[in-house]
Amino acid sequence: MTSAVLTRPRRRLPGAVWVLILPFAIMFVAFFVAPIVYALVQSMFTTRSSGLGYGAPETTFVFVDNYARALSDPSFVESLGRLVSFSAILVPLMVVTALGLALLLDSGRALAPRFFRVVFFSPYGVPGVVATLLWGFLYVPATSPVLQLLSSAGIAFNPLSSGNVLFSIANIALWGFAGYNMVILMAALNAIPSELYEAARVDGASGWSTIWHIKLPLVRPSIILVTVFTIIGTLQLFVEPLVLRPLTTAISSTYTPNLAAYNQAFAQGNPNLAAAMAVIVALLGFAFSFGFLRLVNRKGSRAW
Amino acid sequence: MVTVDTDTRSAVVASASARTSRRAPRRRPKPQAAGTVSTVAINVALLVAAVYFLLPLVWVLIAATKSPADLFGTFGLWFSDTPRAWENLVALFTQDGGSFTRWVLNSVLYSGVGAFVAMVISAACGYAIAKFPFRGRELLFSVILGGVLVPATVIALPLYFLLNTFGLTGTYWAVLLPSMVSPFGVYLARIHANASVPDEVIEAARLDGAGDLRIFASMASRMMMPALVTIFLFQFVTIWNNYLLPLVMLNDTSTFPVTLGLTLWNGQTQRDPMFYSLVVTGSAVSALLLVALMTGLQRFWRADLTAGATKG
Repeated sequence: MTSAVLTRPRRRLPGAVWVLILPFAIMFVAFFVAPIVYALVQSMFTTRSSGLGYGAPETTFVFVDNYARALSDPSFVESLGRLVSFSAILVPLMVVTALGLALLLDSGRALAPRFFRVVFFSPYGVPGVVATLLWGFLYVPATSPVLQLLSSAGIAFNPLSSGNVLFSIANIALWGFAGYNMVILMAALNAIPSELYEAARVDGASGWSTIWHIKLPLVRPSIILVTVFTIIGTLQLFVEPLVLRPLTTAISSTYTPNLAAYNQAFAQGNPNLAAAMAVIVALLGFAFSFGFLRLVNRKGSRAW
Repeated sequence: MVTVDTDTRSAVVASASARTSRRAPRRRPKPQAAGTVSTVAINVALLVAAVYFLLPLVWVLIAATKSPADLFGTFGLWFSDTPRAWENLVALFTQDGGSFTRWVLNSVLYSGVGAFVAMVISAACGYAIAKFPFRGRELLFSVILGGVLVPATVIALPLYFLLNTFGLTGTYWAVLLPSMVSPFGVYLARIHANASVPDEVIEAARLDGAGDLRIFASMASRMMMPALVTIFLFQFVTIWNNYLLPLVMLNDTSTFPVTLGLTLWNGQTQRDPMFYSLVVTGSAVSALLLVALMTGLQRFWRADLTAGATKG
């Protein structure tokens, strides 16, 4: 990412630079940085209406009290744990599926690669809400052809039972984004110079060893990218449980940290606690992302 | 041993976002006489995957032709004896005085305007970061990149309370303005300005007396066009699919995007089963809209994004 203009010192900076940068910078500060700062500040205060209900509500600085309160709430801690399990289910499933599909299409032996690529990618255009509505119908025996076929084969399966529901939610996310991630990985596979394949063939490498020794190492940066994006995506878990909630008792109003924060903010009227919860989710996201990046970069071969 | 150099790396990352649905031209010869067994296995696996990805879409298209009673009373993957696709569509577009049409138009407005502004301002910013060595440039870029890592759900709640103090919640602006910020767009724009706008061209234009703004507006932006289209489409889909932000910000149903409208109807199915048909037909229409848009625009999702980046 170096460019000749950068390395050559310029005498003066044209004012045009600011015209180019400021519109984005202002919007970024207003709608990205400010809410984060606001959440951080809010999370350290608490608002109490004065005893008799008249007079302005009192705002007091309580430092980490809201964090302590959130983290001592068993249902919130449980929702954090659920989020971690959800990541543990979805992230490997997503990466393996996307990579598997990309390698299958890249094998050069697919009969209709264009058709398959369009089919796999199309769920990305379906909004998460609509995807959840659709899968919701497919998770209920009354409307699901799949469950009807299973039950006529004597298999009773309830995707919305408390033991299965997390997997069912993971399935919706997998359906929506596996094709998108596959396209990312396919673009990386396409960028591999053909000389490498020729060299491998001269060396007598088999299909599997080409995958293992050439394709996978070279698309590693993209695999890491897909993994990090999926980790961040899992932390946003909100829409799927919200929409599936009326269909099952296995999903509580505090099923995920985001649902809990949403409830605190709008149902319970405690934006300060909600802010603390949101900050905890963000911190968890940074911890996961950076932890993962550290892990993959440790072995000397830096990817990013 | 093969090592990945920086340029390939940025190419890979850039192509990531490019979501190029079309394959870059391939010089690579097909693998030599492959075993028939593995060819069959590969295609069977792909077919199984295709069935999985098509299942909900096929189901909803069939379900959209059914009455609420048939929705629950007939097999989901085949049509009922009394198809009523037209009646369902008419009901969808006339319910509540044409709410659905309004929601679709709202979605088009939010996504179209939001994505267009996002494209313009992130392209300008990414271009400036790529081509001007100002102080604090790398810091600015790192901060913007950090923005990519912040979950959107974390922003939405505090943003509501923040905008509430300015009286903006409940208006179109509450959804439009935040949708105009795409840190990922800046990232893409920087990479592609580096890759596809040669410094010599900028220098030559300067010698010819063109100002830096004009160089960006009339030359660089054209050279970056594939990246711009990608930024626009990426942000369009992101806004269209967004749920939490409008959920938090809006309370007047006439300002709802289609995602929020459908869940509003979904909440009324207990009261009146007719809403099942509306939700199913509405889901089918809105899913088809975007899938059609994406397939139709495939040729604009340029595969040479990748090629351009490698030349960097």
